[in-house]
Amino acid sequence: MCLGIPGRITKIWDDRGTRMATVDFGGVTRTACLAYLPGATIGNYTIIHAGFALTVVDEAAAHRTLATFRELGLLDDELGARQPADGVGR
Amino acid sequence: MKYLTEFHDPALARRLLDTIAATARRRWTVMEVCGGQTHAIIRHGLDQFLADQVEFIHGPGCPVCVTPLEMIDRALAIAARPEVIFCSFGDMLRVPGSETDLFSVRARGGDVRVVYSPLDAVRIAENNRDRQVVFFAVGFETTAPAAAMAAVTARRRWLTNFSMLVSHVLVPPAMEAVLAAPDNRVAAFLAAGHVCTVMGTEQYEPLVATFRTPVVVTGFEPLDVLEGVRHAVEQLESGRAELANAYPRAVRPEGNPAARMILADVFTVCDRAWRGIGTIPRSGWRLSPAWADLDAETRFDVADVRVAEPAACHSGEVLRGLLRPPDCPAFGTACTPRRPLGATMVSAEGACAAYFQYRRLAPAGPSTPAVDRD
Ligand code: SF4
Repeated sequence: MCLGIPGRITKIWDDRGTRMATVDFGGVTRTACLAYLPGATIGNYTIIHAGFALTVVDEAAAHRTLATFRELGLLDDELGARQPADGVGR
Repeated sequence: MKYLTEFHDPALARRLLDTIAATARRRWTVMEVCGGQTHAIIRHGLDQFLADQVEFIHGPGCPVCVTPLEMIDRALAIAARPEVIFCSFGDMLRVPGSETDLFSVRARGGDVRVVYSPLDAVRIAENNRDRQVVFFAVGFETTAPAAAMAAVTARRRWLTNFSMLVSHVLVPPAMEAVLAAPDNRVAAFLAAGHVCTVMGTEQYEPLVATFRTPVVVTGFEPLDVLEGVRHAVEQLESGRAELANAYPRAVRPEGNPAARMILADVFTVCDRAWRGIGTIPRSGWRLSPAWADLDAETRFDVADVRVAEPAACHSGEVLRGLLRPPDCPAFGTACTPRRPLGATMVSAEGACAAYFQYRRLAPAGPSTPAVDRD
């Protein structure tokens, strides 16, 4: 929940005045809010915390960080995937 | 046994280790603040590679671990109410309260839902107007912007059935509490890089100046941690205490201005109890007066739930760097990730969980470096 995970913005749309995006984390996608990164565009790599994009990073750094998450076994936790399933937020 | 080849760039790891070894003339005590850094250190054996140069002590940077017991009990009381849909990050479900946990409340019929983003909780409130939807807002400066935007969105959509149980904590006051303690051993900090992506770096200046302690903003990947250590050791050996940014690829000095603006509106600084540590002045955020109508503590009248921490768990000492997890009498016996006594064993970022996962089979006592120096 806390570490923040880098992913690539693949789609941007407007949800009742709020900019939202689809973010690809090496195959797994999530919806993220772009309210805090007004300049972000499709193709940017960004670190997502609890569904919010907070900073832009370069591609190489993003890939390396994703690999580290996998190694440390923290990827599922950050994506909220390892939790008892209830179909919410995925 | 740890090998350099496990690093993503073994040559760079080698160089950093050699530089640190050549610089350090004594063994320095360094605290890494973030639980992700703790995991990288233990998983990759950085403490073993650097056994002669650095003693790592693990800091309080795991939000699941420091959420106070009475806040968990308040969450449990609210979640058990029939009219409530209680939304939480998944990490919080197994954190033990005084008597039970959110997972068990759900098993007994409570409507407890795991959300990935606080905005999911807002959407649930929109779709369930006849129910009260409560979001459990925990975490450091990294998750608080998400909670703040959930509040803004709920108000923008005129939702009267949404509220938040807020238990946000702030990193710099906790670092200050560590340094100000009479038994402090920390010579330098590796600050949590992602907290700085939000808040920037200037908030550490007073800490560096007052306590003459180096603060190095550091990422949580193994090579980042080594780079942070290199900065810290170099400062310590030359008698300097400065604020350094060893994580510039993600951290700008000003942080994220848009997030800081909304945080300053929705939240206000308050004293906060930290699990196992006690109350640290001005170390948390609660809803500011303009947003108090969203406060679940008053809406469900749980503000005066107060409880004492159990004596069996030593996580307070672990979180302040006074006790290594394997030295806790309950470690791996009475306390395991399946049956945790303390939150530091539950959380994916907790120090006790890191040692359990990677060091359970290692002999107790001071770890002998089992490393290949090629
Ligand atoms: S091993 Fe368990 S009981 Fe001991 S400090 Fe860690 S969480 Fe607490």
